[in-house]
Amino acid sequence: MSDQPILRTEHLTFRYTTEEGVAPTVLDGVSLTIRPGEFVAVLGHNGSGKSTLAKHFNAILLPSGGKVWVDGMDSCDEDKLLDIRRRVGMVFQNPDNQIVASVVEEDVAFGPENLGVPSAEIRERVDAALAAVGMTDYARHAPHLLSGGQKQRVAIAGVLAMRPRCIVLDEPTAMLDPVGRKEVLDTIRRLNREQNITVVLITHHMDEAAQADRLIVMHDGHIVADDKPELVFQNVDGLRSLGLEVPEPVALLYELRQAGVDVPLTALTVDECAGVLKELLCIVP
Amino acid sequence: MALRDITLGQYFPGESPIHRLDPRAKLVAMICYIVALFLGKWFVSYALLLLILAAVVKVSTVKPRALVRGLKPVVFILVFTAVLNIFYTPGQALVSFWIFTITKEGLLHAFFMVVRIVMLITCTFLLTYTTSPLALTDGLESLLGPLKKLRVPVHELSMMMSIALRFIPTLIEETDKIMSAQRARGADFDSGNLIQRAKALIPLLVPLFISAFRRADELATAMECRCYHGGEGRTRMKQLHWRPGDVLFMLGALAAAVAAGVLGCWGL
Repeated sequence: MSDQPILRTEHLTFRYTTEEGVAPTVLDGVSLTIRPGEFVAVLGHNGSGKSTLAKHFNAILLPSGGKVWVDGMDSCDEDKLLDIRRRVGMVFQNPDNQIVASVVEEDVAFGPENLGVPSAEIRERVDAALAAVGMTDYARHAPHLLSGGQKQRVAIAGVLAMRPRCIVLDEPTAMLDPVGRKEVLDTIRRLNREQNITVVLITHHMDEAAQADRLIVMHDGHIVADDKPELVFQNVDGLRSLGLEVPEPVALLYELRQAGVDVPLTALTVDECAGVLKELLCIVP
Repeated sequence: MALRDITLGQYFPGESPIHRLDPRAKLVAMICYIVALFLGKWFVSYALLLLILAAVVKVSTVKPRALVRGLKPVVFILVFTAVLNIFYTPGQALVSFWIFTITKEGLLHAFFMVVRIVMLITCTFLLTYTTSPLALTDGLESLLGPLKKLRVPVHELSMMMSIALRFIPTLIEETDKIMSAQRARGADFDSGNLIQRAKALIPLLVPLFISAFRRADELATAMECRCYHGGEGRTRMKQLHWRPGDVLFMLGALAAAVAAGVLGCWGL
């Protein structure tokens, strides 16, 4: 059971049908497998198809070609729709547009209410979900008075209350300030580590992508790279040719390397980079 | 900013007995009270109704200032009603000039009308201030439940209402932002005659509508993602329970309506 991939796509193709009948292909033969407990980042430019891919993970969009399996269920199977959406929760970019209720705890309860969970259990789930994202103190607050980061954590709690196995976040930090971004990212990482929830993080921030266990780079509806972040970011020229930057520490080390200094490109964080540089300075007195 | 004054549908969380009343009880009581307001005829009945309202406001711990702020947007309607009543009620003339006559009946009529509207608005605001929008719509859904048999989409209506209430502050904030942005580009919302002012609103309304549609679309997707599939098989975290206090409150409001009716019959 634990070996069964939580998300699997096979030759997934998606076309938007427009009125003129012209159908631009957004996803073109994407095959990937995501296992339970993974923390995967999907990186790509606007129009690379990363958001479209995310919407296939809980049957908001259905494939034009190919297949998507969610925890072994075919996403085209309408009878399984609620089961699929309960297992794969989705968090979107704009926190305002996904909060349904005017009180934080009632919004978190929205998901389980839809699932027909008994009242007493909803209460338990809501309290647990709010505690998991550190928003217990705000349970009775009005969402529009919260900061962006707090709203986004409420949105995550709303998904958690459905007890999903996987959370897909579609650029959850794009509208947040640096403090809010850190709050949300720390929350996601903690959920992944402590509750073993699979996380798929769609982003265009390199530093966020660098925190994942696995990095998928998308371009023009294709997967162009799928590996550990430190390995993907080694291909600085390749990423730049797709219009993507690498995290700043990698960029620095890359410049050093171009200048003829022999340094590895595997340092993703500032601390790691500092370590590499320190070592370098000690060797060359 | 004038827009901030619109407090319609805003909820001030609290722990007062009025807050804790069942929303259905509050809704029924409000309807009784409004009926009472229109049954009253003279100072005695209005004094009684005012006393009741004041007592409820006091218990609810809602700041009277918040209630007064809610009245601001209707000042125009109040003045308009008062003026119409003063000049167009026939009766014993007090002052007469040119084509206008002010009658004693007109003054009294105008006074009662204004008092009536003020109390009506205050009591509806009191309801929305002390009842969370979700509780309110739950109450409505439950009260209108029997209409489901007549295929009235009660659940859908109450869901629409609760979402509308939820988005009022968001849209107000957005209107503020767009107004500032358009002002920075030289838009003028505050001068000119009525037609010019109405025209000045177009650059405000177009972006507001576009954004509202985008929000609606995103919200619909987000709701689907959280397994929303209509009212069927839905449970609630907070279930409504009738308690003795709720029944008493409703009976009290009913008694007020009856009292106002009786006093009205006696012309008081």
